[in-house]
Amino acid sequence: MSEALLELLPSVLLEGLLLGCVYAMIALGYTMVYGVLGLINFAHSEVFMVGAVAGVEVYRYLGPHVDNPYLLALAALVVAAFISGGLAMAMERLAYRPLRKRGSTNRLVPLITAIGVSFFLQDFVRLIEGLWHGEFYMNYPADAHLEAMHDLPLGMSIQNKSIFVIAVTVAMMFALDHLVRRTRLGKAIRAVAQDLPTASLMGIDPDKIIARTFLIGGALGGIAGVMFGLLYSQINPFVGFVPGIKAFTAAVLGGIGNIYGAMLGGLVLGTIETLGGTYLFFLTDGALGNEYKDILAFIILVLLLLFRPQGLLGKTQGEKV
Amino acid sequence: MGALLLGAMCVRGEVIKVASGSMLSGPQSSLGEMIKLGAQIAIEDAAPEFDALGFDLQFLPQDDQAQPDVGVAVAKRLVNDPDVLAIVGHFNSGVTIPTSEVYKEVNLAMISPGSTNPRVTERGLNNVNRVCGRDDVQGPVGAEFAVNDLKAKKIMVVHDKTAYGQGIALAFRDKAEELGAKVVAVLGTEEKTNFQSLILQMRALKPDLVYFGGIYDQAGVLVKQMRERGIKAAFLGPDGFESSAFVEIAQNAAAGTYYTTVAGPAEKYPAAANFVKKFNERFGRSPEAYSLYSYDAAQVALAALKLAIAENGGTKPSRSQVTEAVRKVKVDGITGPISFNQNGDRAQADYWIIHFTEAKYPGTPVKSVNAAPPVK
Repeated sequence: MSEALLELLPSVLLEGLLLGCVYAMIALGYTMVYGVLGLINFAHSEVFMVGAVAGVEVYRYLGPHVDNPYLLALAALVVAAFISGGLAMAMERLAYRPLRKRGSTNRLVPLITAIGVSFFLQDFVRLIEGLWHGEFYMNYPADAHLEAMHDLPLGMSIQNKSIFVIAVTVAMMFALDHLVRRTRLGKAIRAVAQDLPTASLMGIDPDKIIARTFLIGGALGGIAGVMFGLLYSQINPFVGFVPGIKAFTAAVLGGIGNIYGAMLGGLVLGTIETLGGTYLFFLTDGALGNEYKDILAFIILVLLLLFRPQGLLGKTQGEKV
Repeated sequence: MGALLLGAMCVRGEVIKVASGSMLSGPQSSLGEMIKLGAQIAIEDAAPEFDALGFDLQFLPQDDQAQPDVGVAVAKRLVNDPDVLAIVGHFNSGVTIPTSEVYKEVNLAMISPGSTNPRVTERGLNNVNRVCGRDDVQGPVGAEFAVNDLKAKKIMVVHDKTAYGQGIALAFRDKAEELGAKVVAVLGTEEKTNFQSLILQMRALKPDLVYFGGIYDQAGVLVKQMRERGIKAAFLGPDGFESSAFVEIAQNAAAGTYYTTVAGPAEKYPAAANFVKKFNERFGRSPEAYSLYSYDAAQVALAALKLAIAENGGTKPSRSQVTEAVRKVKVDGITGPISFNQNGDRAQADYWIIHFTEAKYPGTPVKSVNAAPPVK
C-alpha cells in the first residue's frame, strides 16, 4: 500500500498545483484591495462566481458558433474578466466609495458592507439565472479535445484543459508583475498602497487608482471563475463561498497585501489541501475522511501565523502590493 | 341555481373525500403533478361505483411543496375537514414523517406512493402505509447486483453524509461484504464541485466498482470527473440518481452507469397498459413511474373505503375504521398484488436496476427483484 501511495504523490502534487492556480488568482484580488485600502473585500468571492457564470453564458451562446475549443475558452476568459472587473469597479463606486467619502474611520463598516454585497450578489445571480434559464446548477460543456489526457513521467497524467489553466495562470502572473513593477499605473498603485494622503499630494488621483485596483483584482477573479468551471465543470450561484474563503486564507498565508505572497499562498494551500484530502484517510487507516482536508489546511495556517504573523512573504512594515 | 345544486348534492348522498399530498409547486413540481394525476384517475373512475353505494366521492389534491412545514400545514387543514377519510401521499420522506404525526392524532389513514426511508413505517404508527420499497432493501439489492451480476470484487463506497445517502450506502456495504466482495473504503463527502482527492484515492485503491449513496447533483459531477481522469470503475447508486438532471450534469459520463430504484417504468408492468392509455387520453401525456404507484395507493384507499362501508352496514365509516381496513385489504394493483405487513410496509415490493446504456434519460431497466421488507 505504501508504495502505491508514494507512486501517487506526483499526481497529488499536480492536482494540488491546479487547485492552487485557482486559489492564487482569487487571492490576488483580496490582497490587492487590502493593499490599497486595508479593506477585506468579502464580496470578492462573488466576483469570482459571477466570472464563472459569465463563462457558462459565453459557452451557451457562443459555443454553437465557435469550433476551436481554445478560442472559445479564451472568449469565456475575456468576457468573464470584463464582467467581473466591471462588477468589482461598480461595487467600489456604489458601496465602498460613498462610505469612504463620508469619512467613516471604523474599519468594520466597509467589512460588513462587503458581506452584505456578497449576500446580495448570490441571490441576485440565482434570481437572474432562475428567470433566464430556469437553472440553479450550471455546467461547462464537455469537450473531447480539452479533456484529452496526456501521460507524463512518474505516473502523472494531465488534460489539455489543465495545461491551459496553468498557462493562463502563469501568463496572468507575469502580466501582473510587469504592470505593478514597470508601468506608471503600477507605480501609482504602489504609491497609494504605501501612503494614500501623500500619494494624492503628489498628483495621483486616489479614487481613480483604487477603482483600477478593483478592476484588475476583479478581472483576475473572473478569470479564476472560468478556470474553476473548466476544471470542475459544475457551478451554481453559491459556488464562490468556499473557494473565496480558501483564497482569503491563501492571501493571509502568503502575507496579505503582497501579491507574490498571494501567488505562493494559493499554491501552498491548494497543495496542502489536496495532500490532506488524499492521504489523511490512508495515514489514519480510514479514521479521518476527506472532509478533514480543510481542517488540516487551517491548522497549518494557525501554526504558521503563530510563528510568522506577517505570513510567508509579508513584511512587518514597508512596501505593500 | 344554488338551491338546485344543493338539492342535487343531497340526492347524491354523503360526501367522502380522498386527498392527495404531493409537491405541486417548486423544483420537484413536475413529479408531484404526476403523482396527483395518477391518484386522480383512480378516484374519478371509482366515483360511479361510490355513487351507487350512496356516496359522493371527491378528490382533493393538495400541495406540500416538498417542504415539511408546508406539509404539516396541509395536514392540519385536512384533519379539520371531517369528510376526508384517506390520504394518498406524501412523497418525500422528510414530509411524510412529520405529516403522519398530524394524521395520527385523528387516526387518518395515509398511503405513500414513494417515501422510502425506513423510519416512515418503523415508528409503528398504524395509520402509515406505503406501496413502494425501502432504502434498507434497496441498498442490499444494489449490492447483490454489484457482486453477482457486475462481478465486483473491490468496491469503494462513497456517501453524502445525509441520513438517506449514508443509510443506504452502509446497507449496501454490509450486504456487499456478506456476499464476499472487498469494500476497500467507505468515505463521506459534502463536496459539490472538486472531487479530485476522492479520485486520487481511487487511483491508489483501484476499485472495480464505486457505489455512491446520494443525490444526482453530486453523483453527476463525481462520475464526470472520474471518467475525465481515466477511472473506469463501474458506477452504481440509489434512486437519488432518478432524474434527467443526472444526465445533464454528467453528460457523456452518464453512459454506462447504473442505479437502483423502487419505481419501475410503466412498460415493465403489463397490467398498467390500460392505465397508461387512459392517462394519455385524459391528460395528453405519458405517466411517469410514480404515477403508477400513486394510482395503486389510491386503489388501496378506495378498496379500504369500500370494505369499511360494508363493515359499517352501508353507512359512512369513521376514520379509524378506514385505517383498520387499509391493513386488511388485498388489492390487485397495476404494479402487482398489494397488501401490508404490521408496520404498513408493502408485503412484497419491486426493486429495479436501471442502466444508462447511453447518456440519455430515461435509462433501460435491466433487472427487477421482488423482496419483502425487513421487520424490526
